[in-house]
Amino acid sequence: MFSKARISVAAAALVAMTGVGFAASHSQGEFAREIKARQAQMTLYAFNLGILGAMAKGEAEYDAEAAALAANNLAAAKSIWMPTAWPAGSDNASVEGTRALPAIWAADSDIGAKSQAMGEAVAALQAAAGTDLEALRGAIGPVGASCGACHKSFRAEE
Amino acid sequence: MRLLRIGAILALAGLAVFWLLTRPERLAQDALNGTTGDATRGALVFAAAGCASCHAAPGAEGEARLILAGGEGFASPFGTFYAPNISPSPEHGIGGWSVLDLANAMQHGTSPEGQHYYPAFPYVSYANAELGDIADLHAYLITLPVSNTPSRAHDVGFPFNIRRGLGMWKQLNTGKGWVMTDPADDQIARGRYLVEALGHCGECHTPRDALGGLQRDKWLSGGPIPGSKGRFPDLTPKTLKWSAEDIAYYLETGFTPDYDSAGGAMAEVIQNTAQLPTEDRAAIAAYLKALPVN
Repeated sequence: MFSKARISVAAAALVAMTGVGFAASHSQGEFAREIKARQAQMTLYAFNLGILGAMAKGEAEYDAEAAALAANNLAAAKSIWMPTAWPAGSDNASVEGTRALPAIWAADSDIGAKSQAMGEAVAALQAAAGTDLEALRGAIGPVGASCGACHKSFRAEE
Repeated sequence: MRLLRIGAILALAGLAVFWLLTRPERLAQDALNGTTGDATRGALVFAAAGCASCHAAPGAEGEARLILAGGEGFASPFGTFYAPNISPSPEHGIGGWSVLDLANAMQHGTSPEGQHYYPAFPYVSYANAELGDIADLHAYLITLPVSNTPSRAHDVGFPFNIRRGLGMWKQLNTGKGWVMTDPADDQIARGRYLVEALGHCGECHTPRDALGGLQRDKWLSGGPIPGSKGRFPDLTPKTLKWSAEDIAYYLETGFTPDYDSAGGAMAEVIQNTAQLPTEDRAAIAAYLKALPVN
């Protein structure tokens, strides 16, 4: 299989349009606080998913209470109202320190629907996590799929 | 006059040799006699072979991934290839194909009309697919929804647009069998089948030579992503330090050991591997852990 180059071509075109000088002048930390805040939200997701994933993988003993608390935390982290941390122009073609693709802000972006899909998967995990290990295992997969759906479309590869 | 005649004879002989060397290969007509495909098993072959990742329309999600309309573009140093329609449309897809046609396409890169396919279609890997699996896959493919979207022509310049020349490329790059010749146990052998044949992991994760052939001596050691500054990661134990459980769980959920999640083309792959039986993901992990450290 060859790479899906469309996204990087679009990103390259944007860099070309805005010009190197523009990009350089915006690399001095513009939107640095916003980028830090949204990455902090991702870190909260990863931390709580780590607690749940360790149980699902069998690395840690299943603990219904700990699982329920981690899933509640995940839902709480998801519920934080964050559009303020995603201003237009804070994409990886315009500023440093982010892999967020310009496609997030494109007119045909379906990031809202993808965010909603994640919310639904997290709510289902919240309902299942404290029930038993099988329920936890079954509900964590769709959450992973919702993460992947967004990262596939909207995050640059390393 | 005599020299001219010898020259003409030599030129004709050269043409004949080229014609013979570049002749598209096919299976024997009766290769699939007595083989009956099973669509339920074929759904798993479909997932393991990752067909939807390339042949679904660009951006298709959910059920729409089963409409194999084609159209996704693949950049390469030789031009851009577009995945064709492989829905059961008789006119635009593979609705008129026999199981033998599908087997010739997958194992030999030969179309029903006897033309070479470009190796963007991973027949170098699918050559090792079992005929029974191909029959199952065929049985499944014909149950999928019809799309009447015409296939888009590849955007490939001279000399790569001469398909007959692909016969020479095939002489160099196909028919080489397994890379891991001595799997230590049945699980690793199953993993080899999923990684080397159906999953065609090497098509991205193995570097290519100047002609686009896989460098089998650098098997799964990663390589540049065409049209991008990124790299496909090295999957050999030299670099990939994840446990077998971590690898299997990544293929199930997309979560890395740090609970980051897969993105880009690999998120697409995980949509397929998530559908496989647990044992198959474990087999892939066992195979990767068994790769030699170079």
